Amino acid sequence: MNILVFVKQVPDTETRIQLQNGAVDTSSVKWVANPYDEFAIEEALRIKEKLGQGKVTVVSLGPDRVKEAIKYALSLGADEGVHVKGDGLALADPLAVATVLAAAAKKAGFDLILTGKQGVDHDWSQAGIILAELLDLPHVSVVVHLEVDAASKQGKAKREVEGGDELVEFSLPAVITAQKGLNEPRYASLKGIMAVKKKVIPEWTLADLGVDPASVSESAASIRFVEFSLPPPRQAGKILEGDPKDTVPELVRILHREAKVL
Amino acid sequence: MATFGVVAELKDGTARKITVEMLAEARRLADASGGDVAVVALGPLAAGEAERLASHGADRILHVEGDSLAGYSTEAYAAGVQAAVERSKPDTLFFGATSQGKDLAPRVSGRLRVGLASDCTAFELKDGELTARRPIFAGKAFGRVAWNPARPRLATIRPNTFTPLEPNTGRKAAVESIPMPAVKVRARVVGFEKSEGEMLDLTEANIIVSGGRAMQGPENFEILRKLCAVLGATLGASRAAVDAGWIDHSHQVGQTGKVVNPTVYFAIGISGAIQHLAGMSSSRTIVAINKDKDAPIFKIASYGIVGDLYQVVPLLTEEFRKALKE
Repeated sequence: MNILVFVKQVPDTETRIQLQNGAVDTSSVKWVANPYDEFAIEEALRIKEKLGQGKVTVVSLGPDRVKEAIKYALSLGADEGVHVKGDGLALADPLAVATVLAAAAKKAGFDLILTGKQGVDHDWSQAGIILAELLDLPHVSVVVHLEVDAASKQGKAKREVEGGDELVEFSLPAVITAQKGLNEPRYASLKGIMAVKKKVIPEWTLADLGVDPASVSESAASIRFVEFSLPPPRQAGKILEGDPKDTVPELVRILHREAKVL
Repeated sequence: MATFGVVAELKDGTARKITVEMLAEARRLADASGGDVAVVALGPLAAGEAERLASHGADRILHVEGDSLAGYSTEAYAAGVQAAVERSKPDTLFFGATSQGKDLAPRVSGRLRVGLASDCTAFELKDGELTARRPIFAGKAFGRVAWNPARPRLATIRPNTFTPLEPNTGRKAAVESIPMPAVKVRARVVGFEKSEGEMLDLTEANIIVSGGRAMQGPENFEILRKLCAVLGATLGASRAAVDAGWIDHSHQVGQTGKVVNPTVYFAIGISGAIQHLAGMSSSRTIVAINKDKDAPIFKIASYGIVGDLYQVVPLLTEEFRKALKE
């Protein structure tokens, strides 16, 4: 079974976001593999291990720095990595991104596609699902449990919804978007880290994928950011110190009688 | 005339709260621009539901009916939305930023090749140009987004953002029936597993009580569950507590968990890591309880108690029990 995993590189979640010249300042950002994509990588590795055969290919789209995210996935055990160069691409437009990913998927070949349910940068939660539509595949999003049967080309998934999990049955090939809880991602082994050094990461351009650059350029973007802002700082409020026998009734009085929020 | 469409989210034929919240904003935008409001309803509608949707702001109901819409499947619903769009050519189409809307809207975006703004919290109409405001980095920043000229413009709207209109029973809506096209469904929902308890989902909750690293273990969350029961609150947790395995990830609030905006958020034994603050700092009132008076959480708390949660929380539960009984 050929499993494709799409991985995005995003700022670490401990990053404090600042603006510079009206845009998000990424100059001092620590870039990491998107946390939700880590669950996708882990699940791909587990499926391959369980089947005892197959290939896990990790694909990342973006500037040269995304090679680090690919190497990270390779160090965990992915078999191959591909860097899709995003020069001139509207990287903040999920439709443009999914268009390129769909072309990359066709070139790479696949039986199953896994990716995170959202990138923790722009939080669109779109590319994986649009990708499924563009490839005319079924998808299951926000998945917390997955079983695939290679022989019958059928799968079962649980997806997290309000108040519980939906049980979904689907046919392969399909796109699955991973939610936290799907698995516990492994750490890279020393052997894995050493093995990365020997791997060649091919670069694919839009031309290699047969994508017309104009169709996915900033000027063609289906949606674009026109302005960024930071939330107004919250004012520190009333902090009570002392014996809980005094502070607790006072807090309840404030919330119930004064602020009337409870 | 510009049409603002709302894809209704129905449960047993009845519109969920997010639907009337979206209708309020669609109505406002339509009135500001001389447009109208159309509801796209997929599958059976309960008796009187069309009238109720009208009373909440709808001018038209585009009712797509067919056997394949009996339960939710992305592929059938996407085809249903497409049929409604082809019939009424809306300029804008809203979906709830709910499990269903967030699953469906991108599929429609890919199918119609039109832009989708997710998780919007505000819209602005200026000289006929619509822009939307949406949190990014889980709320550490906001972006204002604009669509290209392709129509409809798609958006998902975050629950608890817009206030439903007072129902006006004098308002009537025409119901147009739209046949459902044949569709191939390759992923279907075959069951549902309810999560523990009767609590509202974090994203829909008005009151949230969250515990962090200081809970020390799964057994101590019982203290918070008691407070939740008294307040009718939903239980949340920090990443530290979830990663330690004390509580299921579906309770996690923060950048790799839920982004929440309740009326009151209790942060108990949570120091206030940046990724946690991102997920809850838009809560209207934040109450922090922490032993460490220098914990970052106190810098954003509306109210707080410096103290040991194992003393404070049981007392708090008792005091609220008394206060709310009165």
